[in-house]
Amino acid sequence: MQITTPSFKDNARRALGDSDLRRALDNMKTGFVGKRLLAVERLPEFDALRDDARDIKEHVLENLDAYLERFEARVKEQGGQVHWCRDADEARRVMLEICRDAGARTVTKSKSMIGEEIAINEHLEANGIEPVETDLGEYIIQLRREPPSHIIAPAIHLSKEQVADAFRQKHGQFPGDRPLDEPRALVDEARAVLRQRYFDADVGITGANMLVAETGSVVIVTNEGNADLTMTLPPVHIVLASIEKVVPTLEDAATILRVLARSATGQEMSVYTTFCTGPRRSGDADGPEAFHVVLLDNGRSALLGGEFHDILRCIRCGACLNHCPVYSAIGGHAYGWVYPGPMGAVLTPGLIGLEQAADLPNATTFCGKCEEVCPMRIPLPKMMRYWRDREFEARLTPTLSRLGLAAWTFLALRPALYRVATGLVIGILGALGRNRGRFRRLPLAGGWTAARDLPAPQGRTFMRLWAQRRRGRP
Amino acid sequence: MTAKALDVGLFVTCLVDLMRPVVGFAAVKLLEDAGCAVSVPPGQTCCGQPAYNSGDRGSARRIARQVIAACEGIEHVVVPSGSCAGMIKVHYPELFADEPETAARAEALARRTHELVSFLAGALEGAGIDAEYRGAVTYHDACSGLRELAIKEQPRALLRRVRGLELKESREAETCCGFGGTFCVKYPDISESIVDLKVDDAIASGADTLLSGDLGCLLNIAGRLKRRASPMRVRHVAEVLAGMTDGPAIAEGRGG
Repeated sequence: MQITTPSFKDNARRALGDSDLRRALDNMKTGFVGKRLLAVERLPEFDALRDDARDIKEHVLENLDAYLERFEARVKEQGGQVHWCRDADEARRVMLEICRDAGARTVTKSKSMIGEEIAINEHLEANGIEPVETDLGEYIIQLRREPPSHIIAPAIHLSKEQVADAFRQKHGQFPGDRPLDEPRALVDEARAVLRQRYFDADVGITGANMLVAETGSVVIVTNEGNADLTMTLPPVHIVLASIEKVVPTLEDAATILRVLARSATGQEMSVYTTFCTGPRRSGDADGPEAFHVVLLDNGRSALLGGEFHDILRCIRCGACLNHCPVYSAIGGHAYGWVYPGPMGAVLTPGLIGLEQAADLPNATTFCGKCEEVCPMRIPLPKMMRYWRDREFEARLTPTLSRLGLAAWTFLALRPALYRVATGLVIGILGALGRNRGRFRRLPLAGGWTAARDLPAPQGRTFMRLWAQRRRGRP
Repeated sequence: MTAKALDVGLFVTCLVDLMRPVVGFAAVKLLEDAGCAVSVPPGQTCCGQPAYNSGDRGSARRIARQVIAACEGIEHVVVPSGSCAGMIKVHYPELFADEPETAARAEALARRTHELVSFLAGALEGAGIDAEYRGAVTYHDACSGLRELAIKEQPRALLRRVRGLELKESREAETCCGFGGTFCVKYPDISESIVDLKVDDAIASGADTLLSGDLGCLLNIAGRLKRRASPMRVRHVAEVLAGMTDGPAIAEGRGG
């Protein structure tokens, strides 16, 4: 997908002016945020589970090579294949080859963020293979030819009217005047369309929420059951997963599942939680004949052990997006690539480079809500600050900011000069603002006064007044 | 009250020093009324947050060293801001992780440093609070105080002791106001959208006054309220607790 992260500010401005988007984001807040809170309140041991989940993933990251190799061995024992891919190119090449070997014309796909990351749909299309998204939200944005705006709810930015418009445009097989006002009608229509696509597909591609090392199983959760149809109906199943998805045991997977759905949607469990292990065995009622796991690194191993190590614990629940005041204001598209919100602000610079993503770690108020709700206790604000450190070191920080900062630091380190200089400025501003108590406009303060008045200072500094009081003057 | 007065040094913060000294004097009054002997360490300017949050660790460290030196020998350092107190308590030790000797001094300072309201409600047990405020008040939980220092109940407990004051909770009291230090001038459009929600929510609470413990948030919220021509008054919580509310509220003038 095309990266528009460098124009974050323009993207954000456009998003803020989009009233449909604002309405959609408001609904998200009442939905996800409220439901998560209820789910957490119903589970007194939730915080203890978060600690357990964090410890599991931390242990995995310390022993990542061993667990991945164990996983690979188990997959092979079951008759499946594992493909290690260093980057997006390699993964695309491997997947295209598997599809070609299967003589594939269409593939069904269940939602995968890694799929977005390597732009697998575009690659398949360019090579004459039609990918069909089966997650309803993902299907809708595929019809509209736009990227997802949320990691678990890809079409959260759309109203049902916009969805109905897309269906009318793209589903020519139905009468033009059919009623599509109710969400139910939209779901039924998508289901009717997708049903046949499942049967026609030659290959099914899914992501993975977890890979289980002890059994070689892949864990996938959905609320629509679309992953199950994607993986069982076609003769070939490709699992596309990044390397940090592995967990040691089924027990560990269960622990993480207990925090995943609660954090994501406020459900105790997602509607479908599927463990699939290898291709169809003799005697199995269904399942694919061939089972491939594409293991993608794409920059992740370079984050191991460094300042951004902790982001590799992320289980993609989306809680940090749902609770972020910035994401809630601008939605996901403004972030310009696959991963929006706080987790994206940390991960994206690591994957596409800090220069392209320079805005993301700065476009946050450091309110800390993301870390508060993260089920894996990832210190997101701290890592955004690390990116800011690197920007400053690499001189990516805008010149005006650097100069302002340097001037402030110069003064702050010279208290006597600081008192004189600040006393002077504050005295003038205090006098000018005395009557109204605020300024609508002020030179050099445009960033502030664009949206709000600047409160006027009271006129004399505390340090000066305190010195006067100590000398016994009024 | 203990026989020996507690030795307290006020780290007034740059925003209070420059923009709203009455908050500093309110802090002094509250601490003195609770039996503390208050001093103001002369070498103080800024806690270093602007540099720290802009990725300029070198400057942040230089400023932090100056604060650590200025506060040396003071038993309790009290700060009328959750974010500046958080900077000293949480982030100074991190800043010197590779310098054990300074880190030890930073940790010692972190232990001796307290945010004003939590110090008044905690160590001082609310002693000496004697104020009256005629108004319905809603309290904004400033992010750093809330999430770094667990300041939530303390200001409310103290406000309940103010005569005539009615406390009205806002639904989104814990939601960020969109200030975020330099964020609000770097991304003014996004900041505006966030502060608008805060302002809508505060107005919906039915309160006529908004209080908080961090002047950055207060300047942002008051500035937006005034731009929207709202009559809601905005003050630092210390002003109300100290009964020092005769002068104009934030962003209000003497000319009315």
